[in-house]
Amino acid sequence: MKPRHKRLAFVLLALISVGAASALISKAMKGNLAYLHSPEEVLNGVVPTGQVFRLGGLVKEGSLERSDSKLEARFIVRDNRDHEITVVTNKILPDLFKEGKSQVSRGKMGEDGLFYADEVLAKHDSEYMPQELKDTLEKEHTVNASEGTK
Amino acid sequence: MKINWFKYSAPMNFYPLAGKLIPIFWIAAILFITLGLYWGFFKTADVLSDQKQYYRIIYVHVASAWMAMWLYAVMVAWAMIGLVFNTRLSFMMASATAITGTVMTVIALATGAIWGKTSWGTWWDWDPKLTSFLILLFVYIGYIALQSAIDDVRRSDKASALLALVGLALVPIIYYAVNCPDPNECASLHQESSLERVESNILIAMFVTTFGFWMYSFATILMRVRIIILERERKTSWVSKLKEFNG
Repeated sequence: MKPRHKRLAFVLLALISVGAASALISKAMKGNLAYLHSPEEVLNGVVPTGQVFRLGGLVKEGSLERSDSKLEARFIVRDNRDHEITVVTNKILPDLFKEGKSQVSRGKMGEDGLFYADEVLAKHDSEYMPQELKDTLEKEHTVNASEGTK
Repeated sequence: MKINWFKYSAPMNFYPLAGKLIPIFWIAAILFITLGLYWGFFKTADVLSDQKQYYRIIYVHVASAWMAMWLYAVMVAWAMIGLVFNTRLSFMMASATAITGTVMTVIALATGAIWGKTSWGTWWDWDPKLTSFLILLFVYIGYIALQSAIDDVRRSDKASALLALVGLALVPIIYYAVNCPDPNECASLHQESSLERVESNILIAMFVTTFGFWMYSFATILMRVRIIILERERKTSWVSKLKEFNG
């Protein structure tokens, strides 16, 4: 074996182990990275009471209530399997915060079963479409769907 | 026609070639960045289905984030070629690439913070994607620091090449770890990296800007590698015969 081949073998071996490490870390992050908890997990008691965590999920349509006198807002966060948790916050809600959209709020569960949030963040998805185009696409979609039923 | 590629692996021959290429890359960089940003800022929709004008930072943000990751891979490739073949020029290319990569990482983090404040409502969050990207910045800085900490050039090249190789594990993590199919239960704040649901107009402007950033990277890396060549080869006879130093 020439020294150059030895070095090549060493570099390839290093590359393989780095790749394996990367794959393992990715797998671990996917499985149990507790960045946020869903309402289902919280209701099943995954999170101990009094602990600060992030609650993720959709803002339920028609659930946002703002207080007239204070800077307080309440809304319901739900997941796709209809588990719901009411969130109370006195922080400013971000621009993108909307009913029916995703949000991530940080805080803890109170004794009364409400989630008191210190921070509410809005999530946006990876869709970058102009509104008009999206409307047209949806219209076409519904037209096609109704024609299909005839 | 047969080109002898190995000729240009010698710093003496690469130095003048790089000098000739630099203006070409600068012109291409200015052309494509201007075109991409003009298209992005004036020829795409003002309002998206869920975001307003501020989404346009995407052209700078995505281009710099892609380049930050790509340049890291390029840097590691040069470092590995250097480790295996013991070529001087490849280590010089690796250290020249590191600085432009760091700049791109900083731009991506800064534009991301501005975008995050306007859309999510926070400058920074310890989201997996954001955190792993911050670690990428530290690895870049660590590479540069390690290289300048060891006086013996040959040793510092090898040590920092190994660090770069280990840090390569980060790049796929940044790109894939947080991508999950259901955005409502995704364990991250940052959206998925998917190009399928981006309007083609926006996508083209993004690609053109990225290409411009790439040309910019070529220009700055070649300029820096010329300085490194001069510094490391200053005692050789070809450097002392250069026109630049003899009027």
